[in-house]
Amino acid sequence: MRQLLKKLAALIITLFIVSLLAFLAFQIIPEDPVTHLLGTEATPEAAAELRAQLGLDRPVLVRYFSWLAGVLRGDFGESYSYHMPVADMLSDKLPLTALLTGLSFLFTVLLSIPLGVLAGSVRSRFLDNLFAALDQMVMSVPPFFIGMLVCWLFGLVLRLFTPGAYVSYQDSWSGCIAYLIFPALSIALPRVAMTVKLLRGAIRHEMEQDYIRTSRSRGAGRAWLLFRHALPNALIPVITFMAVSLAEIMTASIVIEQVFTVPGVGRLLLASISNGDFPVVQAIVLILAAWIVLINFAADLLNGLADPRVRLG
Amino acid sequence: MKYRILAVFLAAAVLMCSLCGCGGATSETPAPSDEIAPSSPAAPVNEITVGIAQDLDDSLDPYQMTAAGTREVMFNVFEGLVKPDSDGNFVCAVASDYSISDDGLTYTFPLREGVVFHNGAACTADDVLYSFETCAATSVTSALVEALSAAQVTAEGNTVTVALDAPNPDFLSYVASVYIVPKDYAEQATQPVGTGPFKYVSRSVQENVILEKNGDYYGTPASLDRVTYRIFEDNNALFTALNGGALDLVTHLTIDQVNNLTNGYTVLEGTMNLVQAMYLNNAVKPFDDQRVRQALCYAVDVPAMMELTAAGHGVRVGSSMYPAFAKYFDASLADAYPHDVEKAKALLAEAGYAGGFSFTIIAPSNYTPHVDTATVLAEQLKEVGVTAEVQLVDWNTWVSDVYGNRNFEATVCGFDASSLTASAMLARWVSDNGKNMINYNDPDYDAAYAAAQDPSLSEAEQTEQYMRCLEILSETAANVYTQDLADFVAINPALEGFTFYPLYVIDMACLHFAG
Repeated sequence: MRQLLKKLAALIITLFIVSLLAFLAFQIIPEDPVTHLLGTEATPEAAAELRAQLGLDRPVLVRYFSWLAGVLRGDFGESYSYHMPVADMLSDKLPLTALLTGLSFLFTVLLSIPLGVLAGSVRSRFLDNLFAALDQMVMSVPPFFIGMLVCWLFGLVLRLFTPGAYVSYQDSWSGCIAYLIFPALSIALPRVAMTVKLLRGAIRHEMEQDYIRTSRSRGAGRAWLLFRHALPNALIPVITFMAVSLAEIMTASIVIEQVFTVPGVGRLLLASISNGDFPVVQAIVLILAAWIVLINFAADLLNGLADPRVRLG
Repeated sequence: MKYRILAVFLAAAVLMCSLCGCGGATSETPAPSDEIAPSSPAAPVNEITVGIAQDLDDSLDPYQMTAAGTREVMFNVFEGLVKPDSDGNFVCAVASDYSISDDGLTYTFPLREGVVFHNGAACTADDVLYSFETCAATSVTSALVEALSAAQVTAEGNTVTVALDAPNPDFLSYVASVYIVPKDYAEQATQPVGTGPFKYVSRSVQENVILEKNGDYYGTPASLDRVTYRIFEDNNALFTALNGGALDLVTHLTIDQVNNLTNGYTVLEGTMNLVQAMYLNNAVKPFDDQRVRQALCYAVDVPAMMELTAAGHGVRVGSSMYPAFAKYFDASLADAYPHDVEKAKALLAEAGYAGGFSFTIIAPSNYTPHVDTATVLAEQLKEVGVTAEVQLVDWNTWVSDVYGNRNFEATVCGFDASSLTASAMLARWVSDNGKNMINYNDPDYDAAYAAAQDPSLSEAEQTEQYMRCLEILSETAANVYTQDLADFVAINPALEGFTFYPLYVIDMACLHFAG
């Protein structure tokens, strides 16, 4: 319980620091929302008036704390560009990014565990080397490039989907999921490669342990040894790794959304940065930071569940 | 151990479900999908999907929108008392007729009967007065505000009269910019209401904008029932979607994209309606010397540059006017400075730069054609011993540094016209104009421009003065003029009626399916 409170305090402090840094970073970059809103033809008076109307003429810290006060009341403010409440915009976009993250995670789990077991149990030297080489290759290609390859192969050559013909989840859930399969695959592949590598190593390590040898000497079969003894132990580090990678999947989706033109949180974030629309940027940064902190926290808890040796006191 | 592993998997499953669950919950709410799906499978699909390269991340209020992309879409929703046609003339819209008094001071607009706003309200003289007042008070276009500040608008019955303090030959084009909106309607920024052939339905941030046919339109109604603008902020993604057949119409394509298009779409070629040039800061050395500017004009080979960057497409221009302004455009000015390295060297030597000099060309990084042009011109200038370094800046930096603070030596960019008037292209080069980015200062030019504003001139005489302005810009080599960029449109072969406008708009009302 005390541990939990500690974590919660850490979460709040992290969010505070992250949001302050994001706010300050905005003072350095040259994007000016007023120029963006008024264009090049506006009079200086109109610009000054808009600046005052948006409260941009106040000192940085005053603006930060008034924003913070709004957030504490649950008010994320209104987008400069769209004249819409930020909360409404995000409630449109978050389900989509969550869906993409969820699908990517599902693919990571479904693909990497069987493949990892396979890679960990093959006895042929050739196959083992092949697995290692493939692994290394997929791991080292950045996700956006995998995304482009997926677009080209599945979209333009095999015509399994039309790149760019994104279907809104508000129109059709199944259509949306069918489209998201490909970006999710692009996000999942490098994670799969990493997880396979980890699992393969862990299984090899377990299979050389004394308890396996003892069990084998008592006449246990290979499959029994693998699934009953080695796999459960080998999965412990993998589970922690996967949980942490859930945080990375969310950030990877920001990049992949650009490649597949999925109008999720990531694209909104980038566009808002270039428009100087900082009520939106602040809200997204806050959500991403909260997600990462929470996932790490959950990973700690899972680790404790799976391995009593690290269980929290 | 077995149970522990099971517990972990259960925990992971719960986490997954909660992730999907947050989506699942929203799916229970009544989705608007019912209206989007065709009501009966037998109904003919009379709608198109248009790909656009930028989001409408702007206010949709007719007086607040600034982005060219937003205006391009909303042209179909809003109308003024008059509106431009594809030849650049003004035709009646909300007004049924117009007349201008002989002294050019009084404009009379009888309102058309039966004009209805998209929200169902009838359009009255009160709405027109309200629109003029609101536009004058809040518009972000300073030239428009200035023109309206010298006008008194009154209504009598169903006739609106505009009295000017002084004659303004361009006033009709400003009238066309005052979009007529319903009085005291406060939601224009997010749910705009106008009188145009299409009504605004919805916008989904970074996804789409949907327009629907205005069934109550007073004129010839649009043929298409529905137009969906799909937003692609990434040019490659836009092209992939087009080539995959997901879109019916995409404008502003480059020659490379057209050459890579493989799906049998019809390709139309127009121009972008802008003047691309290497704009020179006439106030900084060595560009304050006319001979140096002329030398640069002789030194560059514009046809070769166009060949390299756009396979020869585009139209050469020699002054600050693009070809769609047929009345003022003089194609011969483009040949004023043929490629002549010797002459360039001689002029440089005369100006005291026999050994050449170096300078920086700034180009906005988001506009590939400008960057390409800058790169080729810099290469060509080496031949006369001039070293130009191309520096890319992001658009906001360009606007504040180059355009706002005039802190540059040379920049490649394009200028377009905010209204269909010669002054929209030429006013900015008058020496004391606030938008005179290049610090151009020529007494002859100022005099010719001022003469063109004289209300007693006939149209032909006024045109003559504007043509004189264009010649002066060419003679003094104000800038190294290059071209009006080619603009390619890819369109579903079944769609007919696409019309190029001399403005940055796409008129959806003239599109229809064949047969």
